[in-house]
Amino acid sequence: MNFDFGTSIAGTFFPNPIFTASGCAGSGKELVHFFPLNELGAIVTKSIMIKPRSGRSTPRMAETPSGMLNSIGLQGPGIELFLENDIPWLRDQGARIIVSIAGETVEDYAVLARKLRNISGLSALEVNISCPNVENRGQVFACNPETARDAIAAVRRNIGGELPIIAKLSPDVTDISAIAESVVDAGADGLALINTLLGMVIDTNTMSPKLSQRTGGLSGPAIRPIAVRAIYQVRAAIPSIPIVGMGGVTNGRDAFELVLAGANAISIGTATFGNPMAAISIKEELEELCISRGFSSFKEVIGYAHRVDSTLTREN
Amino acid sequence: MINSRATQLDAEIISNKRVGSYNHMVFAVNELAGACRPGNFVAIAVGGQSSSMILRRAFAIYRATMRADGVGLLELVVAPQGSGSKWLSSQSIGQKVNVIAPLGTAFGIPTEPVSALLVGGGYGSAPLFALAETLKSRGCRVDMVLGASTAGKIYAPLEGKRSVNSLTITTDDGSAGTTGRVSEVLPALIDQHQTDVIYSCGPMAMLEAITAISQQAGIVHQCSVEESMACGIGVCMTCVLPVKGDDGVIRMTRTCIDGPVMDGNRVLWTRSREIPDGVWGK
Repeated sequence: MNFDFGTSIAGTFFPNPIFTASGCAGSGKELVHFFPLNELGAIVTKSIMIKPRSGRSTPRMAETPSGMLNSIGLQGPGIELFLENDIPWLRDQGARIIVSIAGETVEDYAVLARKLRNISGLSALEVNISCPNVENRGQVFACNPETARDAIAAVRRNIGGELPIIAKLSPDVTDISAIAESVVDAGADGLALINTLLGMVIDTNTMSPKLSQRTGGLSGPAIRPIAVRAIYQVRAAIPSIPIVGMGGVTNGRDAFELVLAGANAISIGTATFGNPMAAISIKEELEELCISRGFSSFKEVIGYAHRVDSTLTREN
Repeated sequence: MINSRATQLDAEIISNKRVGSYNHMVFAVNELAGACRPGNFVAIAVGGQSSSMILRRAFAIYRATMRADGVGLLELVVAPQGSGSKWLSSQSIGQKVNVIAPLGTAFGIPTEPVSALLVGGGYGSAPLFALAETLKSRGCRVDMVLGASTAGKIYAPLEGKRSVNSLTITTDDGSAGTTGRVSEVLPALIDQHQTDVIYSCGPMAMLEAITAISQQAGIVHQCSVEESMACGIGVCMTCVLPVKGDDGVIRMTRTCIDGPVMDGNRVLWTRSREIPDGVWGK
């Protein structure tokens, strides 16, 4: 069996297409207790901001049918401590590292890009412009083509070198393809689809919103059809753009579905909360599934559902 | 860091008995039972393969022992309140569930014999009996106070009572013991038994009230906290509380990794929807 499981994002090679999702694996220090981090294609770190950030008050979490709401609010140590502690540790693990950054202003993104431009050992930069857990919805850059473009352009101008920029987009928009085209114009080398959707749960006993900050980001299998749709639409709109797909992937079949829709790699997020070994078993199941369907390389599967005769041939 | 002994495995249910409002459940595990300490918790996947409940449920360990034949026994007290705990408590003997254990911090055990007061609210009494045994074996005096809304919600099995010098019960409705809350009987008990350290487990409001009492009495208070948790292994950042660290800095701290057992005097108890002032990164 000579199945080629490798994938590329804007010229950067990954030996397999299974990544963690930002905010769902910390910096890997806990998951390493369950598996070696270099077994995954890449570790996508929790979105880091310029300054230390407490995040939001609790309750920050509510389980929903086949999903959950979270409102962490980007809790983190800030870029300086992150670069001092997390990056060297991840390098020592032999992990391929994708650093995720988040800002409150366009200038924040520029500053973070400058902090990261000379850091060695990074595989890519994820620019999270779509975290729903911010005070002001107007700050969700990815909800508007202009603000999305400005944030990505700021990173492009300041990052220098060849580090690929992956823009993480929100599905909470009318036309995700338009946002995607806007950030690709601004210099994004790839896209991460999708971030969580804004949701709310009201506790019918207390008769108040369950989360302390009322709203939270919905993730888990409940949002998978939305991820498939978003990836499919963007793949159709921009055939050449690398896409890191995510949204409720729990097993190899789910990952396969997102790859068929057009994803070049798959991030595992909420599934890790239920099973710390999820990413590893998904990786194994996806490879087996690709082989059993007769593919000789992972790259052949990417966007396979878009083939012209897809409505004519019915394969089971 | 995550409990270095944490292991993931499928565990067979070998006993499941209704006790008052709760289910006492026993799971067959391997040598991980020997790695469990009083205060540690477990995270169990619920609902079966195609369940819409995607998150594990966390339970304090009631008791963990190694049988002579090498089988480890993990005992839990499950309150069938939510859909996950209802599913678990309805599983029959012979079924297997996926368990990650042990997780989190354990109660600190004093190196010298002290007078210890153990306080449990509702099924929060679960981890206190194994703790009582350990303290007793170290020569400590162990007094226990258990409180609940009503008598049926007091979890105090016979074998548990053996390892305590005294047991005080309080119920909100007066159906057993003293009418009222545990915090109302504590000051007198602390005086009477010359308590050196309080160990507690139960609802957050109870832990907050005990912290105020322990601070007034100038004694140590180790409490096992409960904050809604998605992963139990330190990656999701949902189960945080503002806690003062060794360096004096107050951080939003994960109760699954740096807890559930915490120094009550270092927790900033708050029921506000805002992050308290002074927290790092606010």
